[in-house]
Amino acid sequence: MMLVFLISFLLLQGSGADVFSSANNIADATENTSAPVASNIADATANTSAPEAGNIADATENTSAPEATEEEGINVGEIIFEHIGDEYEWHITEWKGKPVAIPLPCIVIENGVHVFTLHHAVENGYTLNEDGKLVNAETGKRPLDLSITKNVLSLMMSSLLLLVIVLLTARWYRRHDVLEEAPTGLAACMEPLVMMVHEMARENIGEQDYRRYSPYLCMAFLWILFNNFLGILPFFPGGANLTGNIAITLVLALCTFFTVNLTGTKHYYKEIFAPDVPGFLKPIMPVIEVFSALMKPVSLTIRLFANMLAGHIMILCMVCMIFIMAKYGPLLSGSLTVVSVLFGVFLDALECLVAFIQAYVFTMLSSIYIGLARAHEE
Amino acid sequence: MSLVTPEFGLLFWMVVIFGIVFFLLAKFGFPIITSSVEKRSDKIAQSLKDADEIEARMAAWKVEQEQMMEEVRRQQSAILKEAADTKTRIVAEAKEEARDEAGKILAQARTEIAAEKESALRDVRKEVALLSVQVAEKILRHELSEEGTRQAFIDSLVDEAGKAEMRS
Repeated sequence: MMLVFLISFLLLQGSGADVFSSANNIADATENTSAPVASNIADATANTSAPEAGNIADATENTSAPEATEEEGINVGEIIFEHIGDEYEWHITEWKGKPVAIPLPCIVIENGVHVFTLHHAVENGYTLNEDGKLVNAETGKRPLDLSITKNVLSLMMSSLLLLVIVLLTARWYRRHDVLEEAPTGLAACMEPLVMMVHEMARENIGEQDYRRYSPYLCMAFLWILFNNFLGILPFFPGGANLTGNIAITLVLALCTFFTVNLTGTKHYYKEIFAPDVPGFLKPIMPVIEVFSALMKPVSLTIRLFANMLAGHIMILCMVCMIFIMAKYGPLLSGSLTVVSVLFGVFLDALECLVAFIQAYVFTMLSSIYIGLARAHEE
Repeated sequence: MSLVTPEFGLLFWMVVIFGIVFFLLAKFGFPIITSSVEKRSDKIAQSLKDADEIEARMAAWKVEQEQMMEEVRRQQSAILKEAADTKTRIVAEAKEEARDEAGKILAQARTEIAAEKESALRDVRKEVALLSVQVAEKILRHELSEEGTRQAFIDSLVDEAGKAEMRS
């Protein structure tokens, strides 16, 4: 499953690069863009750091000054990885050659707690490594890093937004008699979403105990949906690639995993460890079943992560193409800008669809897994 | 690049924040919304069921009503038929009686007429007898006023008487 998703991810990336290179027809541009992306995937599968990827990270550190890159064209890989990756400050825009960024606190635990901003990292004895992460300047080791990064800030804001919206909705229901009034405003907007998940839980988990699981499924659905849409939003409150970050999707998938496996019925565990199969299969089946149970959260993690990341990369490719073509004359750049904008609009619309579908798929699969674990003897 | 290696800091914050938000929403958010909406949908379902029931009862009533109408109509026609029967019977009876009465009256009239006739005849006979006696007296007186005739008559009477005596 994981392999399949990585391959599809590669294909998506490849197609993005193809569009780009065919438009460009310049060998070094292709090298600049598709090579880092491909190497990054190789790196992802092998879990080692490729030198090209390191270079890009170094470039990210320089906060992409336009003057510097103009000579050799825009480094698309750098821009893309700046957007989809995590940072110690929230870089918003450039103004008169200076970066406009929200400074965020770096919190490092190593012989006590150190709190500083990125500008004062060196004074505190820390520096950024080739991946753009804080390391101890002397030993070069990663400390325990609990920094409020761009992703963490986005996580806090979106969670707060979700909390406020759902609590306001709940307040409407507390203050009004549902038997007398139809919901209005926020409540009318949130009710279909919540009830869709609630009904999904009832269908997949069963009448008996779906109420126990419905809040978790509602939470997962709305949280993913909110963050997916905030990720598509290109300016400040949004723009962080949160659901395209593997740590986030891993936590979500582990929540489902523990919910499934800590509340499973006897029947569920019997199916795993002592299934009713012919004798010669008895030793094999538990291995397969345990493996399948462990693979479920992995597939959930990779599916959401890869889909959202691929969407971000495709949109960024479209936007970058406009700037790449700027130096090839008004005719070529003008016509390709029109194409890019049209494609960008199409991809943004597609991403809105994907944002919903991925939230829905994650929730539905979670509910199905829970439903399987709540199986009873017939 | 750490694209597919989860960052510990982000994992930590995600667990903490997601946990807190989940706890708050699972306690104060979602159950209130879902229970309220379920209460409403239960009420709607109940109302629909009630409406169905009422409709079924109305239909039953209609059938019952039609049956009653049918019954009433049947009774009405039965009563009408009975009334017509009674009428014809009474008329027939009345005719019969009238005929009998008329017959009786006729018979009585006949006997009375017969009796009248008898008495009239008797009167007529008496009158005729009286008249004939008077006529005979007048004739005898007239005939006996002459001598020769008177003798002859006596003779004939004596002859007659003598013949009667001889015969006896």
